[in-house]
Amino acid sequence: MHNYTIAELVKGLQSKQFSSVELTQHFLSRISQFNDQYNAVITVTADQALQAAQLADQRLAMGSAPALCGVPLLHKDIFCTKGVRTSCGSKMLDNFIPPYNATVVENFEQAGVVMLGKTNMDEFAMGSSNETSFYGPVKNPWATDCVPGGSSGGSAAAVAGRLAPGATATDTGGSIRQPAALCGISGLKPTYGRVSRWGMIAFASSLDQAGPMARTAEDCALLLNCMASFDDKDSTCVDRDVPDYSASLNKTVKGLRIGVPKEYFSEGLHPGTEAAVKKALADLEAQGAELVEISLPNSDLSVPAYYVIAPAEASANLSRFDGVKYGYRCENPKDLQDMYCRTRSEGFGEEVQRRILIGTYCLSAGYYDAYYGKAQQVRKLIEQDFVNAFKDVDLIVGPTCPSPAFKFGSKGDDPVAMYLEDIYTIATNLAGLPGMSVPCGMVEGKPVGLQIIGNYFDEARMLNLAHQFQQVTDWHTQAPEGIS
Amino acid sequence: MIIKREEIEKLATLSRISIDEKTITDVTERLSSVLDLVDQLKTANTDSVQGISRPFQVSQRLRADEVTESNHRDKFQAIAPATDNGLFTVPKMID
Repeated sequence: MHNYTIAELVKGLQSKQFSSVELTQHFLSRISQFNDQYNAVITVTADQALQAAQLADQRLAMGSAPALCGVPLLHKDIFCTKGVRTSCGSKMLDNFIPPYNATVVENFEQAGVVMLGKTNMDEFAMGSSNETSFYGPVKNPWATDCVPGGSSGGSAAAVAGRLAPGATATDTGGSIRQPAALCGISGLKPTYGRVSRWGMIAFASSLDQAGPMARTAEDCALLLNCMASFDDKDSTCVDRDVPDYSASLNKTVKGLRIGVPKEYFSEGLHPGTEAAVKKALADLEAQGAELVEISLPNSDLSVPAYYVIAPAEASANLSRFDGVKYGYRCENPKDLQDMYCRTRSEGFGEEVQRRILIGTYCLSAGYYDAYYGKAQQVRKLIEQDFVNAFKDVDLIVGPTCPSPAFKFGSKGDDPVAMYLEDIYTIATNLAGLPGMSVPCGMVEGKPVGLQIIGNYFDEARMLNLAHQFQQVTDWHTQAPEGIS
Repeated sequence: MIIKREEIEKLATLSRISIDEKTITDVTERLSSVLDLVDQLKTANTDSVQGISRPFQVSQRLRADEVTESNHRDKFQAIAPATDNGLFTVPKMID
């Protein structure tokens, strides 16, 4: 059952080929058997899952259940789950049990989706390798000495390792697309405002967006149908109809104009990754899409702009973790200042502290205009690059990340080496555009991701292209060694 | 760009983060490396560019000024580090 796609599981549940309880037991058993190898799941909600599965089976028996009713799913541990620890990968929230559900979690719960547990992640979603988690690194199922990417590395590894058919994730600078690429699965970051951020622990509020991870584009469409909704509780959520993302998957891609940014094929791109992406572009051309070289001239400024804007927002968002109302508090504080300082130094890991310090620096008197003001202006230039490009093309396609999964510790002590991992993904967050990654090849036995960037709220067209690509390729069906 | 040690100490105070003597050199070096990266922004010509703080200039909605939630004090205080008689408690601030 673990090799079925979500679309196949839906059919199996609705035709009574198997029950949700059987399915849930199967995935719980896989988590119990294989999670030690991957460290992808940090909280398993077995009892709750089986109860939800029983209810789902009752709804299915009545014949009027929503499409995803009875399907098991994992949630990234950044989404608040009522009564279930939500740690955000941090010691700071190791004891945090939210009294409410995030809207994304609530949407799935209402649809009868069964939560199996919560996935590991980089601490507060700050990282591209999952090495910053308080709960230890996640291992890539394709090569367990390599990182799964981050920050949604637990979700990606769990889907690749068949511990769940799908998972929720979030993306602030590439945190859905990069781990999806490194783990050989499909993942989609929607347009900013498409999915509610309510109950999703904030990192950088103008960049964060939740999205689905699954093995196929078809499954991402099914999950996005449930995730996307207007939510009055998130003031940046856009009040716009949610289309049926599954409805347009089978449209032809003939005549689609695909922009290929020349800046995404320059120095730093692994030759194997480049070859795989170029082969994928040729496959799309063979399907009738038209390739058009485009330029995104300010691409090289996206990482510098991001590392002002994201830490600046993070330094403000994370000021709430002070040991007063919830989460970690240091032992025996001698006064209030000591409590704040020790709580935050003991509760946050090194990368989170570094980003708070950078953000505070960029926002401090004397530096605000030179850093934060300037980064906002560069953000406008980057947005304008995409607006200009989309006057001429329907979608933009290129590599998701510069190289396949790298070994643990190989980026050394220099944080900048890690930051450059997101060089092709960050610009879409700054512009608020949707982007996705689908598997498009293998290099040294490790997967390569193809990134598809769409215009605002054009997720359906991205999914259409990705699905059509998956009709003529089989990269998405391949499994890491040992999984049968 | 080399950030000075005094600046790191000031940032640590502003951020309410303690940096101990053993790690301050490493923290300074790594922060300087990140600031070298962001200094590339200076190369951009942004004359007359109006910066943006969020994507596609979406305006934030304001909700009606109505009470929508009941009092959840008990639920929230159940997960607090320390409470006393309905109040969140912190170390003594004033003698």
